Amino acid sequence: METFKSKVWVLGDDIDTDIIIPTDYLALKTIDDMKQYAFSPLRPELAGQIKEGDVIVAGKNFGCGSSREQAPEIIKALNIKCVIAKSFARIFFRNAINNGLLLIENPDLHDVVKEGQEIEVHVNHYIKCNGKEYPIASLPQNLVDIINAGGLVQAMRKRNGLEPIK
Amino acid sequence: MRWRVQLITENLEVTNNMGMTIAEKIIAAAAGVEAVKPGDIHTVTLDRMMSNDGTTHLTIDMYNQQIKNPTIADPEKLVFIIDHNVPADNPKTAASHKKMRDFAKEHHIDFWEGKGVCHQIMMEHYVCPGELIFGADSHTCTYGALGAFGTGVGCTDFLYGMVTGTSWVLVPETVKFNLTGTLKKGVYPRDLMLHIIGKIGANGVNYQVMEFTGEGAQAMSINDRMVLCNLAVEAGAKSAIFEADETAQAWLKEHGREPKHLFKSDVDAHYVKEYTFDLNEIEAVVAKPDFVDDVIPAKEACGVKIDEAFLGSCNNGRIDEMRVAANLLKGRHVADSVRFLIVPASNQVYMQALDEGLIEIFMEAGAIVMNANCSVCWGSCQGVIGEKEVLISTGTRNFKGRAGHPTSKVYLGSAATVTASAIKGVIATEDQL
Repeated sequence: METFKSKVWVLGDDIDTDIIIPTDYLALKTIDDMKQYAFSPLRPELAGQIKEGDVIVAGKNFGCGSSREQAPEIIKALNIKCVIAKSFARIFFRNAINNGLLLIENPDLHDVVKEGQEIEVHVNHYIKCNGKEYPIASLPQNLVDIINAGGLVQAMRKRNGLEPIK
Repeated sequence: MRWRVQLITENLEVTNNMGMTIAEKIIAAAAGVEAVKPGDIHTVTLDRMMSNDGTTHLTIDMYNQQIKNPTIADPEKLVFIIDHNVPADNPKTAASHKKMRDFAKEHHIDFWEGKGVCHQIMMEHYVCPGELIFGADSHTCTYGALGAFGTGVGCTDFLYGMVTGTSWVLVPETVKFNLTGTLKKGVYPRDLMLHIIGKIGANGVNYQVMEFTGEGAQAMSINDRMVLCNLAVEAGAKSAIFEADETAQAWLKEHGREPKHLFKSDVDAHYVKEYTFDLNEIEAVVAKPDFVDDVIPAKEACGVKIDEAFLGSCNNGRIDEMRVAANLLKGRHVADSVRFLIVPASNQVYMQALDEGLIEIFMEAGAIVMNANCSVCWGSCQGVIGEKEVLISTGTRNFKGRAGHPTSKVYLGSAATVTASAIKGVIATEDQL
């Protein structure tokens, strides 16, 4: 499985969908137009500072609230490699998988990692942080296939022999 | 604290030959199998699917542009409802509405616009006990008030269901909420549900089903049951459900519909946890900004100055709440410093409030009565609040920036608390009037 090193952004518990993308910006035309406002009620500067391949580490219940699928889409559009949280809200979990955004559940990492630090993620095995390994569960293969295809629509296209959408 | 939460069982072993809960029976029926158990993944045929203007334009774009030879499995099972930005408030929302309108017409999809909040319309016209319903809105769990399994999904899941007529469901565990006793005067189902969420937390039943039972549940009207089921997602629930008992069947008959199935949970059904709440011990509460589970007795928040009050939403904009507000407003006036927005959940509710003279009372008291729609609860199009302003609301959420500026604050309370606060200009309970 894939291994990558990433810089960490740390957020708290109950990061809700209105924080990920406030209602006011949902009427913007594209996800790219919206992404600069990600997390703006909490940390307006954050979206501009995130670099490709960074990860977000959060507490419990990440993505609680609305079924708005723009939330995981925006995180994906910021080129966040994955979100690691103590737990995820149900609708967000489904929406993230459907949009090809990798989510990892881990109960301990949030309490030990510092913002700006680099961690090493061994998908489906463990996360290395401060020289210590934190085991992570493996996702079922059908969900991994959807994520690797880039989401449910891309997976459907792949099955139907269509070119992926850029 | 005097709240009593009783934990009876936890993490029992599940075996194949155990009885099933209502939710499990609905999933089994939709999957065409005899039995299911938590943790199983099943392909289900959906009984109905609802989508609103929050995301339908995205679903339509994907349908038109991204899949090969798209077809709609069963247009008769689809319902499109414009309720989030009604009437359209800028050219962007107008364009997304037009897209929805045109698509519904082209594909012969039931279409509603400006008639009310999607869940209220679904309950008034579609939901039947025993059905499995997907809605592209998190509060689709409302339909459990009539013994249906409603759950919220995103637009990609909706697209897949629209095209194939099916979806996959991970069978959730069920948590039993046994309600005993009766609510005291001045305490409402809204207080009860906020209290429960405060106790179990915003992810207290993540991925699980809340099943409400006991004599306290049986005594509740469909209006009350909707209040409880609707907010279940704020505790992380996948769905919430009441047994479709005589009350539900009588309501259904009044609305000219037949149940699909009348399921009861088996006596040996497995619950992953059981809680008991004694309704006599519940008091008026508010949820403090910015978390739905930060719940305190309302009297501890009394005196907090407010700028706006909102009575409405799919949680609390029905005739029962309109009557509560009218009773308190009669002969009184909204404080000069407060905007009080009253938004019936549907035109049916609006017409009944007109018939009963409630709208007149609202207008005479200085409230602003708006057309039926999601309004302030969704933080767009109507009544949004400015920098550092404070709103007390019967809406579903009080997230940071939910109703306007990121520095604004939202308190959640019952229709009575919201109305009393609108009159006083500060957070107040009805017994202070």
